[in-house]
Amino acid sequence: MPTILATLIRFMLTLALAPLLLGVINRTKAVMAGRKGQPILQPYYDLAKLLGKGAVYSRTTTWVFRLGPVGTLAAVFVASLIAPWGGLGAPVSFAGDFILMAYMLGLARFLTVIAALDTGSAFEGMGASREVYFSALAEPTLLISLIALARLGGSISLSTIYAGLTPNVWAAAGPALLLIVAALLVVVLAENARIPVDDPTTHLELTMIHEVMVLDHGGPDFAMIGYGAALKLWTLLALLAGLILPHTGRTLIDAGAFLGVMFALAIVIGLIESTMARLRLVRVPQMLLGAGALAVLAILLALR
Amino acid sequence: MSLIIAAILVFAAAGLAALPLRRSPKNASLVGACGAVIGAVLGIGGACGILFSGAAEQIRLNWAVPGGSFYCEADAISAFFLLPVLGLVALAAVYGVGYLHGRERSLAGHWFFYNVLAASMALVIIARNGVLFISAWEVMSVASFFLVTIDDEHERVRRAGWTYLVATHLGTAFLFVMFVMLGNASGSMDFDKFSAPAGTAGILFVLALIGFGTKAGLVPLHVWLPEAHPAAPSHVSAVMSGVMIKTGIYGIVRMLVVLGAPAPWWGGVLVAMGIASGILGVMFALAQHDLKRLLAYHSVENIGIITMGLGLGVLGRATNSPAIAALGFAGALLHTINHAVFKGLLFLGAGSVQHAAHTLDIERLGGLMKRMPLTGLTFLIAAAAICGLPPLNGFASEFLVYMSSLSAVSGSHAGAAVGAIAALALIGGLAAACFTKAFGIVFLGEPRTESGAGAHDPSLSMRVPMVTLAALCVVIGATAPLIVSAMAPVLEPLCGTRAGVDAALIQTTISMAWVVIGGFILVAVAIALALYRRRLLRSREVGETGTWDCGYARPTARMQYSASSFAQPITDFFQSVLRTRKHINRPKGLFPAGASLKTHTDDTFTEGIWRPIFCGFGRMFARLHWLQAGSVHLYILYIAITLIVLLIWKLA
Repeated sequence: MPTILATLIRFMLTLALAPLLLGVINRTKAVMAGRKGQPILQPYYDLAKLLGKGAVYSRTTTWVFRLGPVGTLAAVFVASLIAPWGGLGAPVSFAGDFILMAYMLGLARFLTVIAALDTGSAFEGMGASREVYFSALAEPTLLISLIALARLGGSISLSTIYAGLTPNVWAAAGPALLLIVAALLVVVLAENARIPVDDPTTHLELTMIHEVMVLDHGGPDFAMIGYGAALKLWTLLALLAGLILPHTGRTLIDAGAFLGVMFALAIVIGLIESTMARLRLVRVPQMLLGAGALAVLAILLALR
Repeated sequence: MSLIIAAILVFAAAGLAALPLRRSPKNASLVGACGAVIGAVLGIGGACGILFSGAAEQIRLNWAVPGGSFYCEADAISAFFLLPVLGLVALAAVYGVGYLHGRERSLAGHWFFYNVLAASMALVIIARNGVLFISAWEVMSVASFFLVTIDDEHERVRRAGWTYLVATHLGTAFLFVMFVMLGNASGSMDFDKFSAPAGTAGILFVLALIGFGTKAGLVPLHVWLPEAHPAAPSHVSAVMSGVMIKTGIYGIVRMLVVLGAPAPWWGGVLVAMGIASGILGVMFALAQHDLKRLLAYHSVENIGIITMGLGLGVLGRATNSPAIAALGFAGALLHTINHAVFKGLLFLGAGSVQHAAHTLDIERLGGLMKRMPLTGLTFLIAAAAICGLPPLNGFASEFLVYMSSLSAVSGSHAGAAVGAIAALALIGGLAAACFTKAFGIVFLGEPRTESGAGAHDPSLSMRVPMVTLAALCVVIGATAPLIVSAMAPVLEPLCGTRAGVDAALIQTTISMAWVVIGGFILVAVAIALALYRRRLLRSREVGETGTWDCGYARPTARMQYSASSFAQPITDFFQSVLRTRKHINRPKGLFPAGASLKTHTDDTFTEGIWRPIFCGFGRMFARLHWLQAGSVHLYILYIAITLIVLLIWKLA
């Protein structure tokens, strides 16, 4: 019973803290740019404000447009149920759970894309087209990285894999794990619309991918999209954080360490965004394929 | 068994009864469709009985053909394949009544061949004699040829039919050789007496792969598929793409049982061909602008996924790992049913679009969701299912193939397993791109031309099959753990062991049950969020306006993203394979009057491999053209000479 309770508390923390990741990233960027920056809790204020607003729907749209935000958030929610807290288990874990996670994120993307196409807007069509292109290239990298991990962790369930990633595994298969870290970092950046793939802050619609797909959403719908994006960032970042965690075997310390690493990674993303420019769109596939090559290399090392 | 034979007889009787009704297309439709439905219900009853009782039933009658006997058997595998075949035959027939309604031309021939096709497909699946099998196979090919060419006044349709006829007969030629080899070695054409002579099992496997692979549409033997399926009427496309090509898969499965313990390289070849078909199929689909052609290429993709599953199963069997074998075969077989359901539905949806908007050119459609809400909804469900998205049925079977690969990663054929996983992930991503395009451009946004403006949902007889299939996508997804746990009798002859199969299935059903729970959570959360949003918005202002479009006030339908522009980044990325040709008319001058862009993607395999080969043969045979002078007298002389030569040869 205490384990179930602990798992539940951890999941509640996941749901509560996900938007804070965005706050930390934004604060990091502000500090790097020498600005004072917005409050670290700004994402929560934004969500609260949006939930308090009315809505405007385009006459072109159908129920597909209204399904988009709701379905996307629900799918990301299910995916986040599978994300482990490092060595501490996730609420849902079973053999092959990461496939369901990847496909739930795929479902979220599918719904966002058709909602974007429902507006009949050229801009949103453009964003949708880029989204499906880049994600099709990122998907194999994610799955190859995860099966390399599965091979190293000796299991095909995320919670068990991450519980098995002790320092001994790092000592035995350090290079492979490093490659997986690199590949997963690229996947996290690409899937969450961060620089260098996408720019979450720009006002030039032509250069955006994710933001341009949700141009027409407003009010509570937009709040769900924003929260869904934060939860998706948490879910994928958790896969990365679990790799670089120490294991003490003591639940509280491990949980604290996990949270520390998560927010440290958010700072890393902020640093990447501060020091890099967005890649030209034609360069993005090369980066994604590069990450795929790293993942393949990792699995070759893991299979050895 | 008797029910299945009765089904075949009902099909035959209904086909013959429709034949004299040349004057009344309506009555022909009625008789033909009723026969198809009654036959299918009988056959499904028989197949279910065999699946539940688990006992194979046989019938063996003499047949006065050399080597032939009327030897049929319905075991679990046959029954399993009969379900989707007969189910889709019945639903497509009901749809066909509405689809063909109002045609002036005689439909007697159409319904005759439709029922003959149904009968021959069922006979192929239960035939256990080489001669009987090849006869049924040939009848199936010819019947579907006549169904494809119903609109033979169009040159495109005649060409498509011709391509199909040539391709299918080339495939059959390999099957002939295979059966003759088997028959010679074992002294009988009955399947139960077949035993592969030492050293030839590999050759027989390759012959089966080419022969059945042509029917199934494996790359590079797929070239007839994107021609023939779009040319046929939509309910026939649904039957051909949904189930007729599956007889090719059935053939491979049956030969795996007949040939016994496989060599590991068979599995490697199957996985490799599956990966090639899967990736190339979806790539070519992305580049298409014709909805039915796009769907036809997706059949190549899905056959690829099925073949990957079969390959993993063979690898598992060859390396004595029942878990890999059971999951691989289970994934392949379940995907066979799933693909029949959603591909049938997609073709029926495309038919409704064509019926309502009189075009299948994606670039000319748009905004149909408002005009055809039911077609739009069912098409969306099928599109999500074919992309393998949870919680629908496509995910269940792809999950099984994933699980088989995951078990194989730690084995001796890890390369194939990793390749299969990477390919499945890439196929999933590209399929999502392709179906967001197909659904989004056709059903969402604003109508791009006048053609879709007056569209509306089709008649009742067309709606019922679509709704039934859409419901099946959901139901199979939600009951997948039960279905899979009941598949053990089907998998046993393929895996060679029962205990291993049961163990593997129990393990996986737990995972699949979790997937179903995840699906329920998904739906529950989505409903909760929708209710929450409704409550929030109840007392607030909800406005309606034009699409914002970054402040541009006068948007037109032509400004929307088109199908070509949506797919362009991906098709450009794969340009080296796709060889898309572009015809660009750039805007010129300060006040450009017009500009246009047309893209066209031919099949690289048709153009690069088959056309040169067939043209070469054509030139070679042109040299013999002087023999064919056009005079009947001369031809009779040839016959006489041949007979005399044969006589002398015999006597000497």
